[in-house]
Amino acid sequence: MTDVIAPVAAKPSLLPAIKRGAREYGLLSSLLVIIVFFQIATGGALLQPLNLTNLILQNSYIVVMALGMLMVIVCGHIDLSVGSIVGVIGSIAAVLMVQYQFDFITVSLLCLFIGGFIGAAQGYWVAFWGMPSFIVTLGGMLIFRGATIAIGEGQSIGPFPAEFVALSAGFLPDPFQGQGLKVTSLVLGVLVVACFLWIEWRARRRVSKAGGEVMPLPLFALKHGILGGAIIAFCFMLATYRGLPTVLVIMCALIGLYTFIMNRTVIGRWIYAVGGNLKAAKLSGINTARVTFFTFVNMGVLAAVAGLIFAARLNSATPRAGSGFELDVIAAVFIGGASASGGVGKVMGVVIGAFIMGVLNNGMSIMGIGVDYQQMIKGAVLLAAVFVDVYQKNRA
Amino acid sequence: MSPHLLDMRGIQKSFGPVKALTSVNLQVGKGEIHAICGENGAGKSTLMKILSGVYPTGSYAGSISFDGEVRQFSDLRDSEALGICIIHQELALVPMLSITENLFLGHEIATRGVIDWSLAHRRAKVLLEKVGLHVSPQTRVNQLGIGQQQLVEIAKALGKDVRLLILDEPTASLNEKDSERLLELMLELKAKDITSIIISHKLNEISRVADGVTVIRDGTTVDVIDCRESPLSESRVVQAMVGRELADRYPGREPNLGEKQFEVEHWSVEHPERPGVDFIRDVSFFARKGEVVGIAGLMGAGRTELAMSIFGGSFGKNIRGTVRLNGQELRVRNVREAIDNGIAYATEDRKGAGLLLGDGIGRNVSLASLKSLARRWVINETEELGVGEGYKKTLRIRSPDLRQPVERLSGGNQQKVVLAKWLFSNPEVLILDEPTRGIDVGAKYEIYGVVNQVVAKGKTVIMISSEMPELLGTCDRIYVMNEGRFVGEFPIQEASQERIMHAIMKNEVIQ
Repeated sequence: MTDVIAPVAAKPSLLPAIKRGAREYGLLSSLLVIIVFFQIATGGALLQPLNLTNLILQNSYIVVMALGMLMVIVCGHIDLSVGSIVGVIGSIAAVLMVQYQFDFITVSLLCLFIGGFIGAAQGYWVAFWGMPSFIVTLGGMLIFRGATIAIGEGQSIGPFPAEFVALSAGFLPDPFQGQGLKVTSLVLGVLVVACFLWIEWRARRRVSKAGGEVMPLPLFALKHGILGGAIIAFCFMLATYRGLPTVLVIMCALIGLYTFIMNRTVIGRWIYAVGGNLKAAKLSGINTARVTFFTFVNMGVLAAVAGLIFAARLNSATPRAGSGFELDVIAAVFIGGASASGGVGKVMGVVIGAFIMGVLNNGMSIMGIGVDYQQMIKGAVLLAAVFVDVYQKNRA
Repeated sequence: MSPHLLDMRGIQKSFGPVKALTSVNLQVGKGEIHAICGENGAGKSTLMKILSGVYPTGSYAGSISFDGEVRQFSDLRDSEALGICIIHQELALVPMLSITENLFLGHEIATRGVIDWSLAHRRAKVLLEKVGLHVSPQTRVNQLGIGQQQLVEIAKALGKDVRLLILDEPTASLNEKDSERLLELMLELKAKDITSIIISHKLNEISRVADGVTVIRDGTTVDVIDCRESPLSESRVVQAMVGRELADRYPGREPNLGEKQFEVEHWSVEHPERPGVDFIRDVSFFARKGEVVGIAGLMGAGRTELAMSIFGGSFGKNIRGTVRLNGQELRVRNVREAIDNGIAYATEDRKGAGLLLGDGIGRNVSLASLKSLARRWVINETEELGVGEGYKKTLRIRSPDLRQPVERLSGGNQQKVVLAKWLFSNPEVLILDEPTRGIDVGAKYEIYGVVNQVVAKGKTVIMISSEMPELLGTCDRIYVMNEGRFVGEFPIQEASQERIMHAIMKNEVIQ
């Protein structure tokens, strides 16, 4: 009767949960460290509302393409042609809008369709003929770069109609026409945070009800408090300048949509399964070729979205538009924790990966570091990120 | 008896908690042909890996003497330096290189790194003549047949001054003519004083060439037969190979057989890499409701290929024949349709083709039936977790939580996850391919229990296994398959390991 069972054993301990969290949020922490570093190194210039707005505009097209690239890479492939698709879509849009004066909505929709068609044309060989995606899209990269130059006849074409430019360079309208704080932007930020918290809370309850393991409540509150606070603070900063950029809204909507697709839908699960174990996926009745094909079509469409945003941002289509983007996009996906052998990778990781690259670019430019050193540093960061990933896997 | 060239004594080897070899002795006299027999998994390959130095000294217990001296090999090169050469079942030639290049791979005939091609080709020609292969040494290896490639492997061994030649199931993939030629060559080499070890299941071949036979069972040498004085008694070998007691390792079951549920007729399939020849040849069989039907046979008999070709054509080309489920002819064009029509196939290769190793139980179980958990393409994850939790309980899958990646589970628990995936697809016919390979006795017992539950519901289980005791302990009827055909059918009362083995060796097609 003297035996007392220690009550500690029943209570979930916080420490292991924190440890697991640290691994999971390692990427986010790296981003924060990099931000703090550049904030100090640039004497506070990094997080100026003006610069923050620029940062988003500069990175939006990379993030958009990284969403598609994540699917392609998780599925076990690669797409090197996205930079050239950005170029060719910009040229087509410019020729149609500037030279033939078609209206911008029709042209934009047509461009998305062309992007999907280009993705299908490449995915067809990969998915149904088993050609290596590296080679097919390397071919595509050359073909569409050439097409970009041919369509624009080697010249820059511009300027675009104002409504089209507003897509990428515009900001959310403010009903109060206020000179100071842009209230719409702030309200929208608060709404987004509220939605986000509600969804997360529901998910937590759902898992908990089904008997799964959830994060301890204090940690859950801490995590979401910090994230929610950060989003609102971010919106507030933008609100003191010109408000939320339209592109940011498009980007966030796409991030939300792709998170949902990858986490909750059958097609998302199929993509993970095909990349994780192709044979098992086949023997489970998944049409693996069709899934692969889909990821390439999707990549084409998103590359077209990025192409339109980029063209609108420069307000002209140039022969070299988008060249080298494929490398930034692929780097973002791998820094974001995707595995080169497929099957592994998260949307949020990729978004953070893209912003790590973005902040590096932006911060180093403010500091006046030359392009030569910038490239070397970016390369080193990519290697380091992948090394950490491999190291952790080997130790496990 | 001639003095021993090779003397392995008291060899023991464990992989973690699993003992692969408990006590193996092997003596091979100079200039003799020695055969090693044993069931799949008896430990033959492990023994050969120890002999060749793939498992270095220190990773096993026991001693190896070669040529009268105790030897310690730390890798393959050490054993090769003494003239021990192994020719594996899967040939190790580089298909896109020429015969000459393959023969001297790693030992190129060169001065200061520059290859003397004319000398190399001349030497290659000499070696090829020794094995009786009359083709140009400049021929690319992928243009040769399998039998000829095997001869190239032997020539390669001769080029290294081989003293002990080990052939691991050399005739498994050869036709009769090529097999004959190979055995002939072994006898010729014996005349030239080269000692050979042959690992084989084919007793007629062994009795033709072997001077001695060592039988291994469950990692132990159980019989050594000298067959120079009196001809080899096949039944003695079979007895020694299978002479294991059938202990209480199988949960009992009252058979309750219904009408024919699943019928396959005149099923023929071509191998995708060898078109034009039927790999599965005119196979017909059936299974009743509530019946466990076994398919016995040796590795490479075509059992997996038969099952996969039925499972939505996931193996093979030019598939012909009919499949009937409950009297209705099934025409499935792909795996999806097979699953939807109530056929499930649990692979023999659970890591390579069964599981998403990085995912938890829930996501693995749902993979083959995602649509049933989804409304308009959105997966109901609550329900999915519930399903996973349910199977975790009923199949007693030991895992700390549902999201623990299955790669960290033990083999037995992984196998249960594979089983859960197919149970969840709610099949009428469940095909299990080597469902207990490499798992411990306790987990095996639990899996047999699950099989019993499935047939108790009036479903059919078809069990493919290389472990004959397992088939005898769990099935109601056993088919025997060999070389792509059915060569025996036994109701369980008439089945025994000896009869199955004899059916394989006689290799006579049943009607």
